Amino acid sequence: MTEENLAPVTMLSTPIRLDYDFTAGLAQSKTLAGYAQGKFIGQRCPKCKQVYVPSGGSCPTDGVAMDEVVELPNTGTVTTYCIVNVPFAGQSIELPYICGQILLDGANISFMGLLQEIPTDEVRMGLRVEAVWVPEDELGPNLSSVKYFRPTGEPDADYETFKEYL
Amino acid sequence: MADVVEVFRSPHVLEYPYVRSTGPIVGGYLSGLRDGKILGATGAAGRVIVPPTEYDPDTAEELSELVEVGPGGVVTTWAWVSDPREDAPLSEPFAWALVQPDGADTGILTPVAASGPDAMASGMRVTASFLPSAERQGRVQDLRCFVPEEAS
Repeated sequence: MTEENLAPVTMLSTPIRLDYDFTAGLAQSKTLAGYAQGKFIGQRCPKCKQVYVPSGGSCPTDGVAMDEVVELPNTGTVTTYCIVNVPFAGQSIELPYICGQILLDGANISFMGLLQEIPTDEVRMGLRVEAVWVPEDELGPNLSSVKYFRPTGEPDADYETFKEYL
Repeated sequence: MADVVEVFRSPHVLEYPYVRSTGPIVGGYLSGLRDGKILGATGAAGRVIVPPTEYDPDTAEELSELVEVGPGGVVTTWAWVSDPREDAPLSEPFAWALVQPDGADTGILTPVAASGPDAMASGMRVTASFLPSAERQGRVQDLRCFVPEEAS
Protein backbone atom coordinates (compact mmCIF):
# COMPACT_ATOMS: atom_id res chain seq x y z
CA MET A 1 0.00 0.00 0.00
CA THR A 2 1.45 3.37 -0.91
CA GLU A 3 1.05 6.35 1.36
CA GLU A 4 -1.00 8.17 -1.26
CA ASN A 5 -3.75 5.55 -0.90
CA LEU A 6 -4.50 6.45 2.70
CA ALA A 7 -7.54 8.64 3.34
CA PRO A 8 -6.91 12.07 4.89
CA VAL A 9 -7.05 12.20 8.68
CA THR A 10 -10.33 13.80 9.78
CA MET A 11 -10.78 12.52 13.35
CA LEU A 12 -8.45 12.38 16.32
CA SER A 13 -8.78 10.38 19.52
CA THR A 14 -7.74 12.56 22.47
CA PRO A 15 -8.52 10.71 25.72
CA ILE A 16 -7.75 12.52 28.93
CA ARG A 17 -7.06 10.53 32.05
CA LEU A 18 -6.60 11.26 35.74
CA ASP A 19 -5.13 8.42 37.76
CA TYR A 20 -5.01 9.13 41.50
CA ASP A 21 -5.45 7.77 45.01
CA PHE A 22 -8.45 9.03 46.96
CA THR A 23 -8.19 9.19 50.75
CA ALA A 24 -11.62 9.27 52.33
CA GLY A 25 -10.67 10.96 55.61
CA LEU A 26 -12.11 10.24 59.07
CA ALA A 27 -15.74 11.23 58.51
CA GLN A 28 -16.28 9.51 55.16
CA SER A 29 -14.36 6.47 56.40
CA LYS A 30 -16.93 6.08 59.19
CA THR A 31 -19.70 6.14 56.58
CA LEU A 32 -17.81 3.64 54.40
CA ALA A 33 -17.18 1.33 57.37
CA GLY A 34 -20.93 1.54 58.02
CA TYR A 35 -21.71 0.32 54.48
CA ALA A 36 -19.52 -2.74 55.18
CA GLN A 37 -21.86 -3.49 58.12
CA GLY A 38 -25.04 -2.75 56.20
CA LYS A 39 -25.66 0.54 58.04
CA PHE A 40 -26.06 4.19 57.10
CA ILE A 41 -23.75 6.30 59.28
CA GLY A 42 -24.08 10.08 59.39
CA GLN A 43 -22.96 12.91 61.64
CA ARG A 44 -24.80 15.65 63.55
CA CYS A 45 -23.66 19.26 63.66
CA PRO A 46 -23.13 20.33 67.30
CA LYS A 47 -24.44 23.81 66.45
CA CYS A 48 -27.42 23.48 64.09
CA LYS A 49 -28.18 19.83 65.03
CA GLN A 50 -28.67 18.90 61.36
CA VAL A 51 -27.75 15.32 60.42
CA TYR A 52 -25.64 14.83 57.30
CA VAL A 53 -25.29 11.47 55.54
CA PRO A 54 -22.80 10.84 54.12
CA SER A 55 -20.88 13.31 56.25
CA GLY A 56 -17.94 15.33 55.04
CA GLY A 57 -16.75 15.87 58.62
CA SER A 58 -17.68 19.53 58.94
CA CYS A 59 -21.03 21.30 58.83
CA PRO A 60 -21.46 23.11 55.50
CA THR A 61 -23.61 25.77 57.21
CA ASP A 62 -21.67 26.40 60.43
CA GLY A 63 -18.19 25.32 59.36
CA VAL A 64 -17.61 23.43 62.61
CA ALA A 65 -16.34 19.89 63.05
CA MET A 66 -19.03 17.26 63.55
CA ASP A 67 -18.04 14.63 66.07
CA GLU A 68 -21.37 13.01 66.93
CA VAL A 69 -21.91 9.85 64.93
CA VAL A 70 -25.53 9.02 64.09
CA GLU A 71 -26.75 5.68 62.80
CA LEU A 72 -29.68 6.17 60.48
CA PRO A 73 -32.49 3.73 59.73
CA ASN A 74 -32.95 1.80 56.52
CA THR A 75 -36.04 3.74 55.54
CA GLY A 76 -36.61 7.09 53.89
CA THR A 77 -38.61 9.18 51.46
CA VAL A 78 -38.11 9.92 47.77
CA THR A 79 -37.95 13.72 47.58
CA THR A 80 -37.50 13.87 43.81
CA TYR A 81 -36.45 11.53 41.02
CA CYS A 82 -35.38 11.16 37.42
CA ILE A 83 -36.30 8.34 35.02
CA VAL A 84 -33.26 7.54 32.93
CA ASN A 85 -34.15 6.52 29.36
CA VAL A 86 -31.09 7.63 27.45
CA PRO A 87 -28.20 5.20 27.00
CA PHE A 88 -24.71 6.50 27.73
CA ALA A 89 -21.14 5.18 27.76
CA GLY A 90 -20.33 3.08 30.81
CA GLN A 91 -24.00 2.46 31.67
CA SER A 92 -24.41 -0.69 33.76
CA ILE A 93 -28.11 -0.70 34.70
CA GLU A 94 -30.88 -1.81 32.35
CA LEU A 95 -32.96 1.05 30.93
CA PRO A 96 -35.25 2.60 31.89
CA TYR A 97 -34.37 3.00 35.53
CA ILE A 98 -35.21 5.46 38.30
CA CYS A 99 -32.65 7.60 40.00
CA GLY A 100 -34.13 9.00 43.22
CA GLN A 101 -33.09 11.50 45.86
CA ILE A 102 -33.55 9.63 49.14
CA LEU A 103 -34.07 11.45 52.43
CA LEU A 104 -33.39 8.88 55.15
CA ASP A 105 -35.63 9.18 58.21
CA GLY A 106 -33.81 11.43 60.68
CA ALA A 107 -31.43 12.89 58.08
CA ASN A 108 -31.40 16.51 56.96
CA ILE A 109 -29.92 15.94 53.53
CA SER A 110 -30.85 13.60 50.70
CA PHE A 111 -28.57 11.49 48.54
CA MET A 112 -28.94 9.77 45.20
CA GLY A 113 -30.08 6.15 45.06
CA LEU A 114 -31.32 3.60 42.53
CA LEU A 115 -35.03 2.72 42.84
CA GLN A 116 -36.21 -0.74 41.84
CA GLU A 117 -39.26 -3.01 42.33
CA ILE A 118 -41.61 -0.26 41.12
CA PRO A 119 -42.72 0.47 37.53
CA THR A 120 -41.26 3.75 36.28
CA ASP A 121 -44.73 5.29 35.82
CA GLU A 122 -45.62 4.71 39.48
CA VAL A 123 -42.70 6.49 41.13
CA ARG A 124 -43.64 9.75 42.86
CA MET A 125 -42.40 12.39 45.26
CA GLY A 126 -43.06 11.31 48.83
CA LEU A 127 -42.78 7.58 48.04
CA ARG A 128 -41.64 5.67 51.14
CA VAL A 129 -38.67 3.41 50.43
CA GLU A 130 -36.20 1.12 52.18
CA ALA A 131 -32.66 0.09 51.32
CA VAL A 132 -31.99 -3.40 50.01
CA TRP A 133 -28.44 -4.42 50.86
CA VAL A 134 -26.36 -7.01 49.06
CA PRO A 135 -25.93 -10.37 50.87
CA GLU A 136 -23.81 -10.10 54.03
CA ASP A 137 -20.76 -11.81 52.52
CA GLU A 138 -20.74 -9.24 49.67
CA LEU A 139 -20.91 -6.15 51.91
CA GLY A 140 -17.94 -3.83 51.52
CA PRO A 141 -16.86 -0.29 52.47
CA ASN A 142 -18.53 1.27 49.42
CA LEU A 143 -21.94 2.31 48.15
CA SER A 144 -22.20 -0.86 46.05
CA SER A 145 -23.27 -2.50 49.33
CA VAL A 146 -26.64 -0.80 48.82
CA LYS A 147 -28.21 -2.82 46.03
CA TYR A 148 -31.11 -0.40 45.57
CA PHE A 149 -34.09 1.13 47.32
CA ARG A 150 -37.62 -0.29 47.02
CA PRO A 151 -41.07 0.85 48.13
CA THR A 152 -42.07 -0.09 51.68
CA GLY A 153 -45.80 -0.01 50.90
CA GLU A 154 -46.43 2.65 53.56
CA PRO A 155 -48.62 5.65 52.68
CA ASP A 156 -46.69 8.45 50.93
CA ALA A 157 -44.97 11.03 53.11
CA ASP A 158 -46.72 14.40 53.35
CA TYR A 159 -45.08 17.03 51.10
CA GLU A 160 -44.65 19.30 54.16
CA THR A 161 -42.27 16.73 55.69
CA PHE A 162 -39.71 16.93 52.89
CA LYS A 163 -40.31 20.24 51.09
CA GLU A 164 -37.24 21.72 52.81
CA TYR A 165 -35.02 19.11 51.17
CA LEU A 166 -35.73 19.62 47.48
CA MET B 1 -14.12 10.19 70.92
CA ALA B 2 -11.36 7.66 71.25
CA ASP B 3 -12.68 5.08 68.79
CA VAL B 4 -10.19 3.97 66.17
CA VAL B 5 -11.32 4.60 62.63
CA GLU B 6 -9.72 2.94 59.64
CA VAL B 7 -9.20 5.61 57.00
CA PHE B 8 -10.01 4.21 53.59
CA ARG B 9 -7.89 4.90 50.55
CA SER B 10 -8.41 3.61 47.03
CA PRO B 11 -7.17 4.18 43.48
CA HIS B 12 -9.46 6.20 41.21
CA VAL B 13 -9.30 6.64 37.46
CA LEU B 14 -11.24 9.36 35.67
CA GLU B 15 -11.04 9.09 31.90
CA TYR B 16 -12.88 10.81 29.07
CA PRO B 17 -12.48 9.05 25.70
CA TYR B 18 -12.83 12.19 23.56
CA VAL B 19 -12.77 12.01 19.78
CA ARG B 20 -12.59 15.29 17.93
CA SER B 21 -12.77 16.28 14.29
CA THR B 22 -9.59 17.84 12.98
CA GLY B 23 -10.67 20.12 10.15
CA PRO B 24 -8.63 20.30 6.94
CA ILE B 25 -5.53 22.08 8.30
CA VAL B 26 -4.86 20.03 11.44
CA GLY B 27 -6.08 16.95 9.52
CA GLY B 28 -3.59 17.80 6.77
CA TYR B 29 -0.78 18.12 9.31
CA LEU B 30 -1.70 14.76 10.90
CA SER B 31 -2.05 13.10 7.47
CA GLY B 32 1.46 14.41 6.70
CA LEU B 33 2.87 12.97 9.93
CA ARG B 34 1.27 9.63 9.12
CA ASP B 35 3.02 9.79 5.73
CA GLY B 36 6.34 10.69 7.40
CA LYS B 37 6.28 14.38 6.46
CA ILE B 38 6.09 17.63 8.42
CA LEU B 39 3.74 20.17 6.86
CA GLY B 40 3.40 23.87 7.58
CA ALA B 41 0.91 26.50 6.44
CA THR B 42 2.01 29.32 4.18
CA GLY B 43 0.89 32.56 5.77
CA ALA B 44 1.14 36.24 4.93
CA ALA B 45 4.32 37.30 3.09
CA GLY B 46 5.31 33.66 2.59
CA ARG B 47 5.86 32.99 6.28
CA VAL B 48 5.63 29.24 6.97
CA ILE B 49 3.86 28.35 10.22
CA VAL B 50 4.36 24.89 11.71
CA PRO B 51 2.39 23.16 13.07
CA PRO B 52 0.00 24.78 10.60
CA THR B 53 -2.67 27.15 11.92
CA GLU B 54 -6.06 27.69 10.32
CA TYR B 55 -5.62 31.46 10.41
CA ASP B 56 -2.55 33.66 10.04
CA PRO B 57 -1.62 34.78 13.57
CA ASP B 58 -0.75 38.29 12.32
CA THR B 59 -3.40 39.08 9.71
CA ALA B 60 -6.18 36.58 10.67
CA GLU B 61 -6.26 35.61 6.97
CA GLU B 62 -7.64 32.11 6.43
CA LEU B 63 -4.86 29.71 5.44
CA SER B 64 -5.20 26.72 3.14
CA GLU B 65 -1.84 26.02 1.49
CA LEU B 66 0.30 23.36 3.15
CA VAL B 67 4.00 22.96 2.33
CA GLU B 68 6.52 20.37 3.42
CA VAL B 69 9.26 21.46 5.83
CA GLY B 70 12.16 19.64 7.52
CA PRO B 71 12.97 16.87 8.21
CA GLY B 72 16.09 18.69 9.50
CA GLY B 73 15.83 21.64 11.82
CA VAL B 74 17.39 23.76 14.54
CA VAL B 75 16.77 23.67 18.31
CA THR B 76 15.85 27.20 19.38
CA THR B 77 15.27 26.46 23.08
CA TRP B 78 15.01 23.38 25.28
CA ALA B 79 14.51 21.95 28.78
CA TRP B 80 15.95 18.68 30.02
CA VAL B 81 13.62 16.03 31.50
CA SER B 82 15.81 13.91 33.77
CA ASP B 83 12.97 11.86 35.25
CA PRO B 84 10.29 11.20 32.59
CA ARG B 85 6.79 10.59 33.93
CA GLU B 86 4.92 7.46 32.99
CA ASP B 87 3.01 9.22 30.20
CA ALA B 88 6.01 11.08 28.77
CA PRO B 89 6.61 10.57 25.02
CA LEU B 90 9.99 8.91 25.67
CA SER B 91 10.82 6.56 28.53
CA GLU B 92 14.50 7.57 28.70
CA PRO B 93 15.56 11.06 29.85
CA PHE B 94 15.07 13.53 26.97
CA ALA B 95 14.67 17.23 26.17
CA TRP B 96 11.47 19.11 25.44
CA ALA B 97 12.58 21.51 22.74
CA LEU B 98 11.29 24.07 20.29
CA VAL B 99 12.60 22.90 16.93
CA GLN B 100 12.37 25.14 13.87
CA PRO B 101 12.30 22.79 10.85
CA ASP B 102 14.20 23.84 7.74
CA GLY B 103 11.89 25.98 5.61
CA ALA B 104 9.69 26.96 8.56
CA ASP B 105 9.53 30.27 10.39
CA THR B 106 8.17 28.91 13.69
CA GLY B 107 9.04 26.05 16.03
CA ILE B 108 7.40 22.76 17.01
CA LEU B 109 7.35 21.74 20.67
CA THR B 110 8.81 18.25 20.45
CA PRO B 111 10.92 15.74 22.35
CA VAL B 112 14.60 15.54 21.40
CA ALA B 113 16.30 12.22 22.16
CA ALA B 114 19.82 13.17 23.22
CA SER B 115 22.36 11.36 25.38
CA GLY B 116 22.18 14.01 28.10
CA PRO B 117 21.84 17.74 28.76
CA ASP B 118 25.49 18.19 27.73
CA ALA B 119 24.52 16.98 24.26
CA MET B 120 21.86 19.73 23.97
CA ALA B 121 22.42 23.31 22.84
CA SER B 122 20.37 26.08 21.32
CA GLY B 123 21.32 26.24 17.65
CA MET B 124 22.13 22.54 17.36
CA ARG B 125 20.99 20.67 14.23
CA VAL B 126 18.41 17.91 14.67
CA THR B 127 16.38 15.73 12.35
CA ALA B 128 12.93 14.19 12.60
CA SER B 129 12.56 10.57 13.74
CA PHE B 130 9.16 9.07 12.89
CA LEU B 131 7.59 5.87 14.15
CA PRO B 132 7.83 3.00 11.64
CA SER B 133 5.16 3.57 8.96
CA ALA B 134 3.09 0.56 10.11
CA GLU B 135 2.74 2.15 13.58
CA ARG B 136 1.78 5.63 12.41
CA GLN B 137 -1.90 6.48 12.96
CA GLY B 138 -2.24 10.15 12.06
CA ARG B 139 -1.40 11.40 15.53
CA VAL B 140 1.12 13.92 16.86
CA GLN B 141 2.99 10.97 18.35
CA ASP B 142 3.74 9.67 14.81
CA LEU B 143 6.61 12.18 14.89
CA ARG B 144 8.30 10.32 17.73
CA CYS B 145 11.00 12.92 18.38
CA PHE B 146 13.93 14.74 16.84
CA VAL B 147 17.46 13.38 17.17
CA PRO B 148 20.83 15.17 16.93
CA GLU B 149 21.77 15.31 13.25
CA GLU B 150 25.20 13.67 13.66
CA ALA B 151 23.49 10.72 15.44
CA SER B 152 21.01 10.11 12.64
